Amino acid sequence: MTPSSGGAGSAKSAPAKAMSHRRGMNDRYAPVWMHLVAVVVIVVFLAPFAWLAIASVTSPSDLLRRPLRWWPQHLDLSRWADIFTGDANTPAGGFRSAMVNSAIVAAGTVTLSVAVAVLGAYAVSRLKFRGRGITVLGFLSTYMIPPIAIVIPLYLILVRIGLLDNRLGLILVYSSFITPFVLWTLTNFFDALPREIDEAATIDGAGRMRILWQVLLPLAKPGLFSAILFATMLCWDEFLYALIFTSTPASKTIPVAVAEFSGKFATDFGLLSAGGLLAAIPPVVVALVFQRYVTAGLAAGGVKG
Amino acid sequence: MTDSTAPTTQSRAGAPASANPSHGPAGPRKASYPKRFRHTYGSSRRSGGLAALLLLPAAVVVFGLVTYPVLRTVWLSFNRVLSPMPTAPVQMVGFQNFINAFTDSDLIAATGHTIYFTLVSTAAEIVFGVLLGQLMAQKLRFRWLLRAAILMPWALPTVVSASMWRYLLNADYGPINALLTQLGIIGSYRSWLGTPTSAMNMIIIADVWKNTSIAAFFVLAGLAVIPNELREAASVDGAGAVRRFFSITLPLLRPVIMVVLVLRTIEAFKVFDIVYVMTRGGPSNGTQTVAVYAYQTAFSNQNFGYGSAIALLIVVVVLLLAVAYIRMLSTGGTSDGGR
Repeated sequence: MTPSSGGAGSAKSAPAKAMSHRRGMNDRYAPVWMHLVAVVVIVVFLAPFAWLAIASVTSPSDLLRRPLRWWPQHLDLSRWADIFTGDANTPAGGFRSAMVNSAIVAAGTVTLSVAVAVLGAYAVSRLKFRGRGITVLGFLSTYMIPPIAIVIPLYLILVRIGLLDNRLGLILVYSSFITPFVLWTLTNFFDALPREIDEAATIDGAGRMRILWQVLLPLAKPGLFSAILFATMLCWDEFLYALIFTSTPASKTIPVAVAEFSGKFATDFGLLSAGGLLAAIPPVVVALVFQRYVTAGLAAGGVKG
Repeated sequence: MTDSTAPTTQSRAGAPASANPSHGPAGPRKASYPKRFRHTYGSSRRSGGLAALLLLPAAVVVFGLVTYPVLRTVWLSFNRVLSPMPTAPVQMVGFQNFINAFTDSDLIAATGHTIYFTLVSTAAEIVFGVLLGQLMAQKLRFRWLLRAAILMPWALPTVVSASMWRYLLNADYGPINALLTQLGIIGSYRSWLGTPTSAMNMIIIADVWKNTSIAAFFVLAGLAVIPNELREAASVDGAGAVRRFFSITLPLLRPVIMVVLVLRTIEAFKVFDIVYVMTRGGPSNGTQTVAVYAYQTAFSNQNFGYGSAIALLIVVVVLLLAVAYIRMLSTGGTSDGGR
């Protein structure tokens, strides 16, 4: 991303015409047709969200009209009112309690996973011990197990220890696959910190745990943050375990509530849109606000491997 | 998967996709270690104890809950079990469940659907991902909006995305039918999810809409490390935009594209949520994928032994894919380096 030598592009002819756009990446805007393509892309990606928002405030009769009207005759805020005030046993109020459940499960899972993964990642990144490769492989392989492969016996365990249809049960299950993910991400971020830092701190008389808490973790903060971000998203998105392990408003998470609703009340599109939008708001807002960390996390997780 | 020359190096042992060895603090740094540190803190015996202590909490959280279920699933797969309850009658059948799997026409059909879904969706996501990644790298007047718009489907929960598409594609009231008829593109409302082939393609469209984002952002990150001078030099040599793309950008994006390929094919092969919500595997089982089939075998038909066997076969395929990809990633890295 260094500025190109000034005006060199203008000296060229036919093939250089396209080039000058490239060259101009730093100082000149892309050509008009690219802007048009970008507009089409933006519309394709945003239109479904926009329609959910419109449908959530359009009256049922308007939504079932043919031809469909694209703008509501009058605002119908009843779904949003029902969601925020309705009883937890009604579909609308159920969305609200499911949101609370999802938030608690995500927070609990991320707290537990990060706490244990920080220690583990430090060991993997900084300590020499036999069988380290196999340890990492062991953790990662549990991350790869498809839920469908262990959901049946897991169900029976939860029944036996009384944690079926329970948020704590879900937190424990989620932590078992979120922890390997956080452990691996943090290991990569710790590995990227030069070992000289540890050495300097050791000379200053700091012990290992002090180095971890006061030196490495603060330096790995962006990594820690994007790990937390991704872990939260994974929890919010999880469906199969929640589908099988939860059944009442006591623990039902938002993906289960939305999926059940779209199956049961097939034509109540207004409430479906409101519920879907509600479920989408936390992760979408977080992703947009912390876009920098999301893309950094992607880059760290994939490109640098 | 660990580099065989340095199994005890203090960096990134066993991390997959480590296509960029130059990044980590690897061998040379270890050599520069002052000897006294190695002596005082590097003793593998002392570190071993501490490492075990530090890894113990994570191990309890991870293996405490899943070890028994994994073993139990293996055991279930060799038995005929028709109830989830521990007291249910169990009949040892040896490899019969696995033998059945290879002759089960429903499972073979489901495998076909899964392969079709995996190939088409992954290919589309990579092609669109490369194009959108390039577009996001351009200097556009509203680039922030473009990036935000592309990021949004990624953040949308899969189940919400699937429910939304189910509504958008609704045969009687769906906005897509409304839009296409009002624009005169189709004459009358269609049942997009009503026939097996069409339903499968609609599921793919929904999946591509949601998951192209991740490919696009990977490509954007990959583009950032390609020096602009390379393309400029090629242009000076008279290469057009298309030629530059195929002979410079694309080869340099190869590692990124490989990572996307790995992530997406493995995810696609396990696909469950989006199919379950959009079609439940229908119509007439035409969109049933292997994971959906395993779920329905175990939970709808209460055939837990056979369901476990299918689930294990999925695990085997996923692991084989992962191993094959790790091989490809590591050899891909060296062949690129030789260029």
